[in-house]
Amino acid sequence: MQPQPAEETVRSVIDIAKLSLTFETNDGPVHALADIDLDIGEGEFVSFIGPSGCGKTTLLRVIADLEKPTGGSISVNGMTPDEARLKRAYGYVFQAAALYPWRTIADNIALPLEIMGMSRAERSERIARNMELVNLAGFERKYPWQLSGGMQQRASIARALSFDPDLLLMDEPFGALDEIVRDHLNEQLLKLWDKTNKTVVFVTHSIPEAVFLSTRIVVLCPRPGRIYDVIESDLPRDRTLDIRESPEFLKIAHRVREGLRAGHSYDD
Amino acid sequence: MMSVAQPAAPKTPVARILSTGALGVAVAASLLAVIDGESLELYLIDTPSLALAVGAAIVLLAAYRFARVGRVYACLGLGAGSYALAFSLIALITPHTGDAGAGFWAYVVVAWAMAWLCVEEMAALEPRDPMLRRLVSLAIPLTFGIWLLILWQVLVVGFAVPRVLLPPPSEVWLRLLASPEVLWKDFQQTFLKGVLIGYAIGCASGFLIAILVDRVPFLRRGLLPIGNLVSALPIIGVAPIMVMWFGFDWPSKAAVVIIMTFFPMLVNTVTGLAAADRIQHDLMHTYAADHRQTLVKMRLPMAMPFIFNALKINSTLALIGAIVAEFFGTPIVGMGFRISTEVGRMNIDMVWASIAVAALAGSLFYGLVALVERVVTFWHPSVRG
Repeated sequence: MQPQPAEETVRSVIDIAKLSLTFETNDGPVHALADIDLDIGEGEFVSFIGPSGCGKTTLLRVIADLEKPTGGSISVNGMTPDEARLKRAYGYVFQAAALYPWRTIADNIALPLEIMGMSRAERSERIARNMELVNLAGFERKYPWQLSGGMQQRASIARALSFDPDLLLMDEPFGALDEIVRDHLNEQLLKLWDKTNKTVVFVTHSIPEAVFLSTRIVVLCPRPGRIYDVIESDLPRDRTLDIRESPEFLKIAHRVREGLRAGHSYDD
Repeated sequence: MMSVAQPAAPKTPVARILSTGALGVAVAASLLAVIDGESLELYLIDTPSLALAVGAAIVLLAAYRFARVGRVYACLGLGAGSYALAFSLIALITPHTGDAGAGFWAYVVVAWAMAWLCVEEMAALEPRDPMLRRLVSLAIPLTFGIWLLILWQVLVVGFAVPRVLLPPPSEVWLRLLASPEVLWKDFQQTFLKGVLIGYAIGCASGFLIAILVDRVPFLRRGLLPIGNLVSALPIIGVAPIMVMWFGFDWPSKAAVVIIMTFFPMLVNTVTGLAAADRIQHDLMHTYAADHRQTLVKMRLPMAMPFIFNALKINSTLALIGAIVAEFFGTPIVGMGFRISTEVGRMNIDMVWASIAVAALAGSLFYGLVALVERVVTFWHPSVRG
């Protein structure tokens, strides 16, 4: 199956037009985001990549209603981000696993389910299913501090998936992990995306990670944070880590790197 | 089973010096006593039990110093030897208050050195069995405590310190045994009524006000500074006023305890409720959790280490508050009343007996709170070890 361009028949999940966000600070306004236009369709895997301070995390937080834009428009599933959040439209995976140390792994995954008022039977069924999905079956009764960083992050992904949102927002989820664990989790994430057909928006500052995972790569550059380039990937949907050696992969990676370099030279 | 025949570990320099010194002192003092018993001013050799204990101490010390003895044997031998010597010395000196001579003190030093060596060997024991491990970690402070009492007893009796200044622990003990009814009534009045009721009300109201302050922003800015002021009120000044307001009986003492315990609980809970970091707040926000859910599922568990801190601080504050408050007017019962009146009547042993009961009750109370804390905040890095 080939990835389809967002414009055609695919339903639009996130629609951003002329969006800007300015933080008022004591040193004057900081233009975190300026003039962002972006349309993300159902089933896409879109990565935001850029140097630190380019606003990639801020943009993700605007989608999640964790920040309010100061200009332009944004809709998530056809609603405002606030309405979408109240409808639990998305699962958010943070840079840190942010698991509660007093809850077992199973209970951490059950946290959003409890908040949403699901029955005990429903909860335990979903815990089992999602722990299986992230290969954590058997660790239900462990506490987060008894697990490695990679396992903790997998648990936090299972937590974000537990209430079955169609949209997954991930903010550098593997940034703190070593490269081998990161490769492994990238492969697992791709399989998961393929299996569930969810829409994923993924923030990273690693070029190989962005190219390996995405159907579309959005390159941002700083001051003010804006989109520099949008790169469609024509890599096949079921990829293995070997694909990183292929000329197609290297070509896309090269274009991303060019974009990053051009955007970065701006402020030096 | 633990291997009793653990090989003898190398002795530390301190242990070597201490054992050599103690052995030397023991042998020298005994030789002098044999040559000229009168010169040591005590009938050392005339007392068979002491002679036996001294002989045993010399043998044990020599074995410890020169033979390769396993740790467990060293602990048991030195411990038993030190207590045998100490108690025969106490038995010897009791009818001869103030008559202790150089020989007596030499043997006290030998017994103390043996106890030191015993504790040092115990501390170096690291049994794998968790039960034995707990036993050892209990035995070490216990040995310390008992030796504090032994030295207190020996010094007070040996130097004939006036009873009014400091009674020996044996008399305090006899007083404890002689008047359990009075002490129990005092305990009931002060601890079970004043302390516990005041503590419960003070901590609970501090906690509830903290939840309220957290919810209503203007209260935080208006109430916290006033709470600060209340906490700075000197208890000595407040206690007589509380007695005027609430009468002589326990309610006025509970009121003082409430004033003392309220503020630590308020401040700690408010701090604890702010302990969750941004990412955890964001997480609850993405789940569209309401205020109550965020409070119950995230912020209160997060605040538990702070809340238990307040509970522990308050457990000791409450006892101090209740006892001091009783100095300012009370029915003729209560630990504070007992202490203040018995000091006036020069019954210092009764004062110390009350202090002992208060110390024991306070430690047990604190220990109980700390135990609950370990169960509740098992996840906290300071507990999970």
